[in-house]
Amino acid sequence: MNIIETVQKEIMPLDRPMNFEVGDTVKVHYRIVEGSRERIQVFEGIVIAINNKGVGKSFTVRRISYDVGVERVFPLYSARIARIEPIRKGKIRRAKLYFLRERTGKSARLKEKRVARGKAVAPVVEVPATHEAIPENQENENA
Amino acid sequence: MKKALIGRKIGMSQHIAEDGTMVPVTVCTLGPCVVVQKKTPEKDGYSALKLGFEDVPERKLTRPLLSDLKRKNIAPKRVLGEVEIFDESLDVGSVVTCEIFAENQVVTVTGITKGKGFTGAMKRHGFGGGRKTHGSDFHRAPGSIGAHTYPGEVWKGKKMPGRDGGGRVTVKNLKIVKVLKDRNIVLISGAIPGRKDSLITVKEK
Repeated sequence: MNIIETVQKEIMPLDRPMNFEVGDTVKVHYRIVEGSRERIQVFEGIVIAINNKGVGKSFTVRRISYDVGVERVFPLYSARIARIEPIRKGKIRRAKLYFLRERTGKSARLKEKRVARGKAVAPVVEVPATHEAIPENQENENA
Repeated sequence: MKKALIGRKIGMSQHIAEDGTMVPVTVCTLGPCVVVQKKTPEKDGYSALKLGFEDVPERKLTRPLLSDLKRKNIAPKRVLGEVEIFDESLDVGSVVTCEIFAENQVVTVTGITKGKGFTGAMKRHGFGGGRKTHGSDFHRAPGSIGAHTYPGEVWKGKKMPGRDGGGRVTVKNLKIVKVLKDRNIVLISGAIPGRKDSLITVKEK
């Protein structure tokens, strides 16, 4: 197991310190590649689970979109995630918030956890784009 | 001539490709291997490279093998195996490392699969079995093993329960995802035969 852990550290594409916990509301800025272009889509919701460790570490974000619950699983160390922005800390008592799936409306909220001002929080890591955005007019010329 | 190397399977992990896709990989140590003997058609009837892998204390080897290695000035090796001669310049005593493999190279991996012990026909040969419910009393048995007067015997080779696993299996067309030269570690996409720590041979396609 030890060798695998060191190998995983070596092949990790980027170092992204954890700046959120389960129960937090986060904004995930996800890069979507369309052909040679890239745009960023923001997915905002509550982190209901953090799974696995090492390179395979992932987290699940749940949000209610037009009255429908939507969950997305993101690999934490993917370069496709431009940044993860914590919005609000949640007061929670368990590691996996799957009970939120059965709840709607007011009961599906979490109490906010007040954090003392000046408490150290891991910085938001900005991952540079892998594809260069092509300006509109240039693309038209090519087409 | 196909490059080949002896190594060990360490375990499985994931690798994040540049476009963000997760690739399942098997982590393996490959080499360094020492050329112990070069077999030639004139002398041995066929040509091959005998490779030695993994150092071992002297007391673990038999005296004939030890003296052979000592004569050639090679440290005691735990594993010996033969591969094709892929590089004529390799001579007795030269060392081969995982640097012979490159990323994105397609390889063939041979290993001994995990032993499953005595297994039933469903697990061993993929038989369908019977219903679990609705009054069925036929669950995992193999069923009929032959007809009546003709042939009056059970055909040889009939698929039946028995020992499964623990055999030599070769998997082709696996891709090398990454080579970590200074650690002698190679990441191969997908699964390869064998338990953790089992011996494998990786060969170029």
